[in-house]
Amino acid sequence: MKLSLTVNETAHELEVAPNALLVEIIRGDLGLTGTHVGCDTSQCGACTVEMDGRAVKSCTVLAGQAQDARVTTIEGLGAPGNLHPMQTAFQAHHALQCGFCTPGMIISAIDLVKRADGRLDEAAVREGLAGNLCRCTGYHNIVEAVLAAAGQM
Amino acid sequence: MNGFDYHRPETLEAAVAARAGAPDSAYLAGGMTLIPTLKQGLAEPSDVIDLAAVAGLAGIGLEVDRLTIGAMTRHADVAASAEVQRAIPALAYLASEIGDAQVRNRGTLGGSLANSDPAADYPAAVIALGARIVTDRRTMAADDYFKGLFETALEPGELIRAVEFPVPRRAAYRKFRHPASRYAVAGVFVAEIGEGIRVGVTGAGPCAFRWTALETALAGKPAPAAAETAPLDFRRFNADLHASAEYRAQLVRVMARRALANLAA
Repeated sequence: MKLSLTVNETAHELEVAPNALLVEIIRGDLGLTGTHVGCDTSQCGACTVEMDGRAVKSCTVLAGQAQDARVTTIEGLGAPGNLHPMQTAFQAHHALQCGFCTPGMIISAIDLVKRADGRLDEAAVREGLAGNLCRCTGYHNIVEAVLAAAGQM
Repeated sequence: MNGFDYHRPETLEAAVAARAGAPDSAYLAGGMTLIPTLKQGLAEPSDVIDLAAVAGLAGIGLEVDRLTIGAMTRHADVAASAEVQRAIPALAYLASEIGDAQVRNRGTLGGSLANSDPAADYPAAVIALGARIVTDRRTMAADDYFKGLFETALEPGELIRAVEFPVPRRAAYRKFRHPASRYAVAGVFVAEIGEGIRVGVTGAGPCAFRWTALETALAGKPAPAAAETAPLDFRRFNADLHASAEYRAQLVRVMARRALANLAA
């Protein structure tokens, strides 16, 4: 079936299987492998992308559900030398160890800060990132980075 | 995942017709349960009928004594809605406690009720508030809707359009959540409405139910201690690796006590 969607400001017209997942389109068809597949069971959040202004787990979105959607992946946030403030904060606070969860963590963190309307504390960040698992258990620095970036977004 | 045909109807009539035209088809709301179920091969529909583009299924409307929420309204939108926060703040709170942020960004009220997971949050509120479930063909009282484990009064192909919640004088929700899935191991919604206080319980039994013995014991007064002594038959309660039936019964008492204390505060 035909799928039209915009990913990182680029419009795409694709021929996809009806049972394709959004994450398969992003990684396979579009080659944007910054979005990771950790569990493939909707739990870990490594595949989180922004779709129509909301953080979603792209392993749990059918391609058809992304019809005409605007999607932003980690590749669309910034570039070396011109990073998003959340990326800069993750770097400055060493908010990653192996880095596998980082793309999803950053997308979720940006969504959290946008919705928080200036009211974020440590507990709210921990609660807000409940859908993203870091198996290195490196949450301490992630929370610090998100709180630091919140002041700069 | 098995193959299926994907449909994206834009009207209620087209959605119901597509479902009727393919006996093994399934409606897709937010997909937070259906898509993992498809991946595991636990459901193999011939056709998936996505409701996202159907006009008029999402939205929140508040009249004086009635809050109407469209079936395709996402949990995050219920949680953030000024109307819901004003009319039934406990319902906004409940929505904010479902799953995680990504689940709340996709999951819907109608999907939750159609699925009737024994540990879902919304059913407790629907039961306690005496909500009415509006489908493509009729309107049902909450008391007639939940029938058993993943079983509702919905007929094959019947589609939930909206849920009408009577606005209570006060309401409160407390749950003991599973730390990983965030489903309710036990959850209790209490609502001061009409002549008395109604109590809806989720997580404990095969489906959400009213704890009528506690309602009777309360006699309209939010007395938290009544939750410790009101009769509670837990012989048919769920028992799994997370909690025994007896432990769930104790959690129901504690969540009811906390919800009633919140109601009285």
